[in-house]
Amino acid sequence: MELEAAKMLGAGIAIGLGAIGPGIGEGIAASKALEAIGRNPEASGKIVPLMFVSMAIAESTAIYALVISLIILFG
Amino acid sequence: MELNISLAPDILFYIGSLPVTNTLIGSFVISAVIIAAMLLVKKRLKKDTPGKFQNLVEFLMSGAYDFVVSIIGSEKKAKKIFPLAFTLFIFILVANLATFIPGQAAVTFNRGGESVAIFRAVMADYGMVFVMTMITVILVQIVAIAVHGPFGYMGKFFNFKSPLSFFLGLMDIVGELAKIVSLSFRLFGNIFAGEVLGAVMLFLAPFLVPLPFMFLGLLSAVVQAFVFAVLTVVFVKLASEIEEEELVEEASM
Repeated sequence: MELEAAKMLGAGIAIGLGAIGPGIGEGIAASKALEAIGRNPEASGKIVPLMFVSMAIAESTAIYALVISLIILFG
Repeated sequence: MELNISLAPDILFYIGSLPVTNTLIGSFVISAVIIAAMLLVKKRLKKDTPGKFQNLVEFLMSGAYDFVVSIIGSEKKAKKIFPLAFTLFIFILVANLATFIPGQAAVTFNRGGESVAIFRAVMADYGMVFVMTMITVILVQIVAIAVHGPFGYMGKFFNFKSPLSFFLGLMDIVGELAKIVSLSFRLFGNIFAGEVLGAVMLFLAPFLVPLPFMFLGLLSAVVQAFVFAVLTVVFVKLASEIEEEELVEEASM
């Protein structure tokens, strides 16, 4: 396999696998937040910002995977 | 048509040895717009009958301030951190939303025969995002040292009570360093990926197909600005809190 092709494959696999965990995690966060809003719609003003922050933190591992694949592609 | 994706911003011209990139111009234009808008509000400030724009600004400011107070939990701390957090928020928000103004990609600069776009998404330049992240991270370190004292702060990382706590202390150093990467690449990655996604979709199927991705980009533009500012506040809150164990230790000493 040529180096260039291996790089492309590696970058794709890195971000693809790295996005699985945060995808599941953010889905859980969103579903729980929506459940909570469904039970208590008055509290949506408090729940939604916290949901975004926690989703952003759950996203970190996907960000690391993105960094790795960007380094492979362009670095 | 060639798909042109680059991590680094394009250099327009040099002033001495300083390269002037399109994102630098973009950030100056955005700063100028924000400053001019705020000066206008200040000049036309009316106490009894606020105009439409002043209403909007007051609504944004007071809402954001109440939110910061609700996160950080005390009015005194909120007053100190609010200007920085809100500046970061409004700058990132305007910079992200400015990329959705149509027609700006057509404004180009002639650099020795090839045309370079003058406006590029400011947050898609890693240098800009890194500087803002370093402001936050250094501020967090200063707050932590000011609250815990220099030795108390070092004691958090070099803990000789047991092998486990020593190892956890070393992991905390990694955690502090990882903050720089995760905070900066969250914003940069989202905006850069949005730009690339838009370009690829436009390349594959023009006109209607990129529209849903534009909506997604609009959402992430607002959410990422919000997240960056809120994480700044949360980090400062975490750094400025004295844990109860320490209070007990201080009382017993």
